[in-house]
Amino acid sequence: MPLRKWIERATPIPGAPGVCRVNVSTESWHACAADAAAGGGRLLALWADVSREPMMFAAICAGRDVLTLAHELPTAISTYPSLADLFPAAARMQRAVADLSGPRARDFDQRPWLRHAAWPADYLPLASAQTSPEPTAPAADQYGFMRVSGDGVHEIPVGPVHAGIIEPGHFRFSVVGEKVLKLEERLGYVHKGIERKFGEMRANEGQRLAARVSGDSAVAYSWAYCQALEGIARAEVPARAAWLRALALECERIANHLGDLGALGNDAGFAFALAQFSRLKELWLRAVGAALGQRYLFDFVIPGGVADNVDVYRLANLAACGADIAAQAAVLRRIFDEHAGVRDRFAGAGTVPPELAARLGLCGLAGRASGQSFDLRADRPCRPYDELSVRPMVHFEGDVAARVAVRFDELQESLRVVGEISRRLPAGPLRIAFADSAGAGMGIGLIEGWRGPVLVALTIAADGGIQRCHPHDPSWQNWSVLEHAIIGNIVPDFPLINKSFNLSYSGHDL
Amino acid sequence: MLKTLHTICRTGIVTEPAPASDAALRVGDELQQRIRDILGRALCIRHVDAGSCNGCELEIHALNNPVYNIEGLGIKFVASPRHADLLLVTGPVARNMELALRRVHDATPEPKLVVAIGDCACTGGVFGESYASAGRVANVIPVNVAVAGCPPHPNRILTAILTSIQARNAK
Repeated sequence: MPLRKWIERATPIPGAPGVCRVNVSTESWHACAADAAAGGGRLLALWADVSREPMMFAAICAGRDVLTLAHELPTAISTYPSLADLFPAAARMQRAVADLSGPRARDFDQRPWLRHAAWPADYLPLASAQTSPEPTAPAADQYGFMRVSGDGVHEIPVGPVHAGIIEPGHFRFSVVGEKVLKLEERLGYVHKGIERKFGEMRANEGQRLAARVSGDSAVAYSWAYCQALEGIARAEVPARAAWLRALALECERIANHLGDLGALGNDAGFAFALAQFSRLKELWLRAVGAALGQRYLFDFVIPGGVADNVDVYRLANLAACGADIAAQAAVLRRIFDEHAGVRDRFAGAGTVPPELAARLGLCGLAGRASGQSFDLRADRPCRPYDELSVRPMVHFEGDVAARVAVRFDELQESLRVVGEISRRLPAGPLRIAFADSAGAGMGIGLIEGWRGPVLVALTIAADGGIQRCHPHDPSWQNWSVLEHAIIGNIVPDFPLINKSFNLSYSGHDL
Repeated sequence: MLKTLHTICRTGIVTEPAPASDAALRVGDELQQRIRDILGRALCIRHVDAGSCNGCELEIHALNNPVYNIEGLGIKFVASPRHADLLLVTGPVARNMELALRRVHDATPEPKLVVAIGDCACTGGVFGESYASAGRVANVIPVNVAVAGCPPHPNRILTAILTSIQARNAK
């Protein structure tokens, strides 16, 4: 059956534009996903809700629509057909569902993913009836890494605590000499029970937790959460609030890109770049703090609108700072381009060709560096992006150099958008009053964060409590592609390649 | 090359003076005056993310920028706990990280200082205690100085670090 038929059968889900839901049976769960994959669909997220009738969900982005497959399971411990043959990124999401909710995919890989040794296998944190187990003494778990054997092959284990100021995760390299034959990731170290915590909160409190799913994407998560919540409540935020949300989201993108560009130069042995870009980032954060009240905008986007106003002078200062940074970043880009050593490290490192990127579902910034020209701000714009005409920045080489180039391009584009917002910001109220129990049902928020599409699937119970909330980071898709990007490269290039993706551990581990 | 040198010259020195220490941040005071005298200001820090959302990491990174210029104060981040005098711990302690955090603490040579950074490290924050989170850092390893904030400003983090090594009567 062509994809169009499924979409005709679907009903809209409130929240982000173009999201719809189709209820499918066990047989059609895989068939529908296969039709979507054949039609160029990309898996956005896969999750379960076992708080009432056990349900499986898969959100697939297909053209202008986001088709959400909903499949009711007979019991919470049922099995269901795996989608990993269609979307390789589904494999880990399915293993996480088995760890936290219970339903198991019929797939060859049944190893736990987010569950290490901290709680027993029969405890399912998201099955509402179960009470938490007594904490046990911390113990090491035995994870079945895939072994590579052969003449001269050896393993290098790295982590969970890394040599630097970064998040924890374990990498197992199988190498011959310096060359990497295989990298296997082991994540879940910063799993801190976010989804269960959501289930204990009121709908209008959830934004605070959503903003802290991955701190570098606080605005994207807050906005996606609020978009879902406001969709359920059929609430329309004031125009000024929508524009200020976009301003905050672009400020977040600019800060992260500035930080990454400096760190990438540093990982290529060019300390000058780190000094310059970290200085520009500090300038920018101070301007953002002066204009919007916080350096990092954790609680700026709130249900019903935004928390703070920005006066015209501070906004003008922010735009002026942006223009100054744009000029300085252009000079630094020329320095990067003319530096033989930097070019040598960037070009051809960690290549993900466009065909592989499409097959594995590489998304967001890293996807756009491998020819996957998807950007929610351009493809499926929510207000005010429908008036800002953001240009998706696409490169096709798929190497570290391309991911650097996308960051430079997006930095300039976001600074342009900040300038435009500062000139066109509409007047009016900052927020609408948002009642504690403004509605019940399911909504989906979808926002293009700096790293890629951030999805929040939210179900509100009739009493105004959160029944289920699943925040989904683009890192889920991209972590597994990183394992492919490193193949055939040398071990010393891994920090550079890893940084060029700069994926979230916290957003993935939940 | 000329462009690089020109940019360096044009930028000049942007480092700002460091903040003073703040005795109010001290939570444990069992450290001996003598130990603080030995460490002085040549301090090696190991950062451990025990379960943070990565917000605090962004502000810790800022300490290395030319404006806060922590290396200019003789303080640097090192790659192994075995080289460290001080552990800078962020996040509520995820139970999946509890063992790793204890091992890092064990591997750090005496006298070891522990500075807890951010609301989550101080109290468990929005994540609290649960099947997956052991809550504040002090629930797992002893803490000397704690600084709240979500995330704390780089100057507050620097203040906390300086407070931990400041001699008790030096002010």
